[in-house]
Amino acid sequence: MNVHHPHALRRRALGAYVATAALMGILLVGFFRIQVLLGEENRLRASSNRVRTLMVPAPRGTIYDRNGLILADNVPGYQVTILPASVDSARATLERMAGFMDLSNVRIERVLQTLRAYGREVVVDSDAEFESIAALEERRLDFPGIYVEMRPRRRYTLDESAGHVTGYVGEITLGELDSESFPDSLYEAGMIVGKIGIERQYESVLQGRPGIRHVEFDARGRIVGDFRGAEARAPVPGRDLHLNLDLELQRWIHRIFPDTLSGAVVALDPADGGVLALYSAPGYDANLFVGGIDDDIWQALNVDERKPLYDRAVLGLYAPASTWKLAAAGIALDLGVVTPDEVMPEPCTGSMFFGNRFWRCWDPAGHGYNNLAEAIGNSCDVYFYQLGLRIGLENLLTRATDIGFSRQCGVDLPQESRGEFPDRLGWYRERWPELYRYGPTEGEALNLAIGQGPNSQTPLKMAQFYVALARDGSAPAPTIARGGETGEGWELQLQPDHIASLQEGLKMVTAPGGTAHFGTALEHWDVIGKTGTGQNPLSVRGLAEDHAWFAGMAGPPGEAPEIVVVALVEYGRSGGQVAAPIVAKTADFYLRRKYDIPVDTIQTFREHIMTGPIPRWYRERFPAGYRALVQEAQEARDAAPNQVGNRPGGGG
Amino acid sequence: MIRLLDRWSLDPQLVLGILALSLFGIAIIYSAGQVYVPNPVTEGAWIRQARWFVLAMIAFSLVSRIPLRWIEWAAVPSYVLSLILLAATLVVGEGRGTAAGVKSWLALGPFSFQPAEVAKLATILALAQLLASRESGLNSLRELIAPGLVVAVPLMLGMRQPDLGTAMAFVGIGFAMLYWAATPVWLLLLVASPVVGLFLAYDTRIWSVYILVVIGCLILLRFRLSLFESVAVVLVNFATATISGPLWNSLAEYQQNRILVYLDPEVDPRGAGYQVIQSRVAIGSGGFDGQGFTAGPQKRLDFLPEQHTDFIFAVVGEELGFIGAFLVVLAFTFVLTRLVRLASHLSEDQAFAGLVLLGIFGAWLVHIFVNVGMTIGLVPITGIPLPFVSYGGTFLLMSWVAVAIAVRVAHERP
Repeated sequence: MNVHHPHALRRRALGAYVATAALMGILLVGFFRIQVLLGEENRLRASSNRVRTLMVPAPRGTIYDRNGLILADNVPGYQVTILPASVDSARATLERMAGFMDLSNVRIERVLQTLRAYGREVVVDSDAEFESIAALEERRLDFPGIYVEMRPRRRYTLDESAGHVTGYVGEITLGELDSESFPDSLYEAGMIVGKIGIERQYESVLQGRPGIRHVEFDARGRIVGDFRGAEARAPVPGRDLHLNLDLELQRWIHRIFPDTLSGAVVALDPADGGVLALYSAPGYDANLFVGGIDDDIWQALNVDERKPLYDRAVLGLYAPASTWKLAAAGIALDLGVVTPDEVMPEPCTGSMFFGNRFWRCWDPAGHGYNNLAEAIGNSCDVYFYQLGLRIGLENLLTRATDIGFSRQCGVDLPQESRGEFPDRLGWYRERWPELYRYGPTEGEALNLAIGQGPNSQTPLKMAQFYVALARDGSAPAPTIARGGETGEGWELQLQPDHIASLQEGLKMVTAPGGTAHFGTALEHWDVIGKTGTGQNPLSVRGLAEDHAWFAGMAGPPGEAPEIVVVALVEYGRSGGQVAAPIVAKTADFYLRRKYDIPVDTIQTFREHIMTGPIPRWYRERFPAGYRALVQEAQEARDAAPNQVGNRPGGGG
Repeated sequence: MIRLLDRWSLDPQLVLGILALSLFGIAIIYSAGQVYVPNPVTEGAWIRQARWFVLAMIAFSLVSRIPLRWIEWAAVPSYVLSLILLAATLVVGEGRGTAAGVKSWLALGPFSFQPAEVAKLATILALAQLLASRESGLNSLRELIAPGLVVAVPLMLGMRQPDLGTAMAFVGIGFAMLYWAATPVWLLLLVASPVVGLFLAYDTRIWSVYILVVIGCLILLRFRLSLFESVAVVLVNFATATISGPLWNSLAEYQQNRILVYLDPEVDPRGAGYQVIQSRVAIGSGGFDGQGFTAGPQKRLDFLPEQHTDFIFAVVGEELGFIGAFLVVLAFTFVLTRLVRLASHLSEDQAFAGLVLLGIFGAWLVHIFVNVGMTIGLVPITGIPLPFVSYGGTFLLMSWVAVAIAVRVAHERP
């Protein structure tokens, strides 16, 4: 039979029909299963496919200074986010993007790492330039899974003058997410959080609560619109923060602090311990950190020999030197081992013999017989050697520790160095087992009494101590934020007349003939304080100058001090000539504004006589000083009648 | 139109069915271009497809006037020519559009076309001529060698492009036509056995059982097959099992991924599994009655891959639902069975016509099943278009030429 006989054909046609029906049937069953049986499930999957829940960042609270001026606020910024994708395609996209925006390889790796770890959208750049955004938007199709959002961007109004205080914000790191200080219930990847400074300390106040937005995306990650199927939640803005800080004072200090030197200036309000200014030089601009700092800037900040990132005001530890003599004096008065008017038996002849050697006074000429105030005024080491011996080493250690010289101030900042001070006799042996095998000798008391030895304090700590001297012996912990959360203050058990005699000593430092007179004499305010010349590892070897201290307080004449200022200038050599004017000018600027007196850049007496004649106010306020100057000028004229008189320099 | 078709004694049901599918295709391609973020390529695709459709209609009316003997005469030359063209694509071929990795296009001045599409038709004609000359069925492996080569040469050339979809179409053509030429089914299965064994070889135990079954069948069929042939089948089975490992390793990574993903799309949901998952989700979300013509959100949001070409059926599924998918599959079933019906009503001296019809049937059946099946993950992803519906000029044109030849050979008495 022919294979193409109609009967054979019909039989084979049946086979073909069956095959067709079977295959088409399989398809239909497949469609029925996916569309009808699993239809609902797939519908859900489809919407989760295209609807994404995005975090809407809450605007961070504004930070105001004590006068209501803005220290930190928000401006509109652009954030670039990448949606989860396979690592390879994300890498390709990011590498393409690097051509249009500032995107380092390190940053790309970090984004990919987060993408792998969390499998959700990751912020590529939380603060993109408008130009980059425009370039990206133009080439939308080349960048699948990338979307751009407006979001508040932090802005700091003070540049280098306040970076250390405000701190800065940045994207939360994986490590921070895992830590307890950022609870999972409130924080998630991609959020901007305070990193250091006030931003970090008051993170919970400033942060607010991010909102939620449901957005419909297309497959390339382009936002198509809001999805109305689920409820959105508006962000709750962070609360504002009011600081005790005086923005203009901070700026002023930055202006007057020598540009080439490093150091710190702390200004406290003795009334409540409020921090009026907290300045560390050199500073950095906190705006650099917003949206991630550029690697090369970061590198430059880190390798800079002057360590701009180091907050000298609260972290720097320096030998307090003569500024600490007031503590020794206070302890002695408190213990009753000396009275204010008592004169030490051994006169200062430039040095004193104790143990087996001579202990030198800073002034080889000597100061003769001094009472307490004179000893402070002259900063006489020999007096304080004897005072230290009277207090006794053990007493000195316990009392100084009680006052808090081995503690932190408790300022409301995330980081603060602890003062370094031996808290008991055993401390020496623990620290230097070889050197103090038999324990410290009484000679250590001599060292400690003049502010040397194993005694390192932060400028902030010394400021807090001088607040106690400006008040009644108690000092609340320094507080940056109004109503801020701080540690406990301290109590120096001093009687009012003891305080008065200590202040008397401070007055002598800035009085005519005192070491810091010319740089601190002001038209409107009384400035009193203490200079200090702190040894440092370089200066003891003669390789650099000593650190210069001045701790002072100022207020209207005859009234209680209204501001306490401590200035430390690294390698500044002279407390009287370098640090004291900074303190006086800081206090002057603050008080003039407080009392509505116009501000001038010519403030101290020294500045006045360097730029013009001896001002009238000097004659009225410091008649003794004026007479001395006139006399000096007379003598100079007599000696060389045709020459212009030498301008007086500062004290020693 | 119907009268026009009638006058040429053509098959109105078949042509109307395919006409309907072609118009439906243009509509769905239009819908595929309706996305939120317009894309110049997909947006105007329906217009280009409509232009090709007009061209296809002209080609249809021209080709359907060609006398049968011309077609028979042209079978072998066109086969040889298409092989040359296929070979040429291996050297000077270009990738296009969504299939940029496959060098299957040949540029002819301003025109470019896919020689593989021409080759399918030419192979059908050549094989039909070869098989029609036979008086009896093909009962031994030796008899299968010649027709096998006719199919295998273009198949291997297609594989080299590398275009797995075209290769599969040739397999469909070969099996359907051999079947129609009265090759016993068991013989076809034996021929297919090494290929099946190739896939089963991933597990030695399963393959061992399989080869025992094959040998058992050979013993049962020992009177119908020479000893030499039986041994050859077993040896080829062993050979394919042996090369399966090296063969797997020689596959491009994307080809391996497609097979792995077919087994479980979730192994790589953002990479190779993406297309299947997105397509299946889109089709599934269409539910019973669909999201509405042009309104499918997954398509609009660009989640669907290759939505106007290979995955056009996902748009059908999402927007027209199960009802729509059902009707389209039904329409294809009608077209396919219509071809078989035409073939089965021919007289004995129309063997050539019947074989051509079944060749077309085989090619389309593979195209339809693989294309529609892959959108729901029933079949591994292969770049293979859906006849008359997928966007693609050469394919539409050649499919219509095939229709023209089909109706011509079916209705002309030699």
